[in-house]
Amino acid sequence: MKNVLIIDYGTGNLKSVHNAIKKVTEKQDCKILVSSSIEDLKKSTHIILPGVGAFESCLNGLIKTKVRSYLEEMVLEKKKPFLGICVGMQMLATKGYENGEFSGLGWISGEVKKINNQNNNLKIPHMGWNTLKFLKETAFTKCLLKKMKVTNLDDISAYFVHSYNFQNKNANEKVITTCYGEEITAMISKENIIGTQFHPEKSHYFGLAFLKTFLEQG
Amino acid sequence: MLKIRIIPCLDVDAGRVVKGINFLSLRDAGDPVEQAKAYSDEGADEITFLDITATHQRRRPMIDVISKTAEKCFVPLTVGGGVKNIMDIKEFLLAGADKVSINSAAIKNPSLINESSKKFGNQCIVVAIDAKKKSKNWNVFINGGRVDTGIDAISWAKNIEKRGAGEILLTSMDRDGTKNGFDLELTSTISSAVNIPVIASGGVGCLKDFFDGIKLGGASAVLAASVFHFKELTIKQVKKYLKSKSINVRIDNLDK
Repeated sequence: MKNVLIIDYGTGNLKSVHNAIKKVTEKQDCKILVSSSIEDLKKSTHIILPGVGAFESCLNGLIKTKVRSYLEEMVLEKKKPFLGICVGMQMLATKGYENGEFSGLGWISGEVKKINNQNNNLKIPHMGWNTLKFLKETAFTKCLLKKMKVTNLDDISAYFVHSYNFQNKNANEKVITTCYGEEITAMISKENIIGTQFHPEKSHYFGLAFLKTFLEQG
Repeated sequence: MLKIRIIPCLDVDAGRVVKGINFLSLRDAGDPVEQAKAYSDEGADEITFLDITATHQRRRPMIDVISKTAEKCFVPLTVGGGVKNIMDIKEFLLAGADKVSINSAAIKNPSLINESSKKFGNQCIVVAIDAKKKSKNWNVFINGGRVDTGIDAISWAKNIEKRGAGEILLTSMDRDGTKNGFDLELTSTISSAVNIPVIASGGVGCLKDFFDGIKLGGASAVLAASVFHFKELTIKQVKKYLKSKSINVRIDNLDK
């Protein structure tokens, strides 16, 4: 049986994520918890860290729940499948530069910096559906694309809404990108850790297939 | 490349759709949840609900509609109409809306834009401008277009951006309901005056109007109600047309 934990740290679009997980697990034996309790964290089989808001306030929210060390134990040591969405992915970085300079969780090397607006030629936030570029084939993407049943990868897009970009250090941890003036990191992956800049819970068929694939991990 | 968003809008009164679409597959044509689902299945990039109920008891049915829609539609959901304060915004967001659109309240209390975008993130605060031509420029109207504020639409748009709004929903009152196409002069003027996305609204009557709003108006997204309500055009049709005109639209779900 699956035990999906959506970490509640006082911010984020928890309901949307909850609804989407509910949809993709409709006929399965699956429990979805929205919580920040250590007990639930221990019981969980899959962990999702959503995020809407500013880097620092999200991070502070997470730290306030006092689950950080347990979360790190579950993800970094016990290797439970983990998905960070939007700021939930950005928080994994070494550093974030939204409204100052802040240390992130440091699970994935890199820095989160404001998208260059190309001398005011680009509208910020980067908001809407953007084409995905798959940089490499992983077990995850293979499984995902099989579900999508598309012949042309250029037809796949996802919903983004953000002003900052995760410039990750290790190229091999970058799986999907998109383009908005600059290269935008859309999906990162490192062992059991997955992060997406786009919102799978708002990316319709593609997003639901993505979440389904995530729940098949582990 | 970033796609142009096609956004159908549903006018909701006391939890029921005012102008119904004629989807044969729908069991209940007045149910906003079913209509939103039909739009989303057809390829809508976002769904907008406009709550037009005038009474004060209106909140509950709308909240219900949002939360039910959010369980069935996995695309962004915007809700507007009668939003007065932070509490109203919070209530809509908690119910499952991704963005909340504010109009009159932003004019009466502009600091609401600052407070709400700071509290909830600027991506979820949309400010709606109802503009009407006055000699050379456009004035902002409020209270459903009944009151002329005397405020210049261009300077108000810049003000909205400075205060932290993530997006502008721009409706031309001169064109709304006419089916003569968007006010392209207004759309392009506002769109080039700000660096946040502008959604063009008001006046769509045919396929070419969508193209013009994007190409000539510079809109990041186009919103329409009637043409979709009355099924004069389908979202699929609009997207196929735009794609044939080399406009970037999301088509990955069209053949499912």
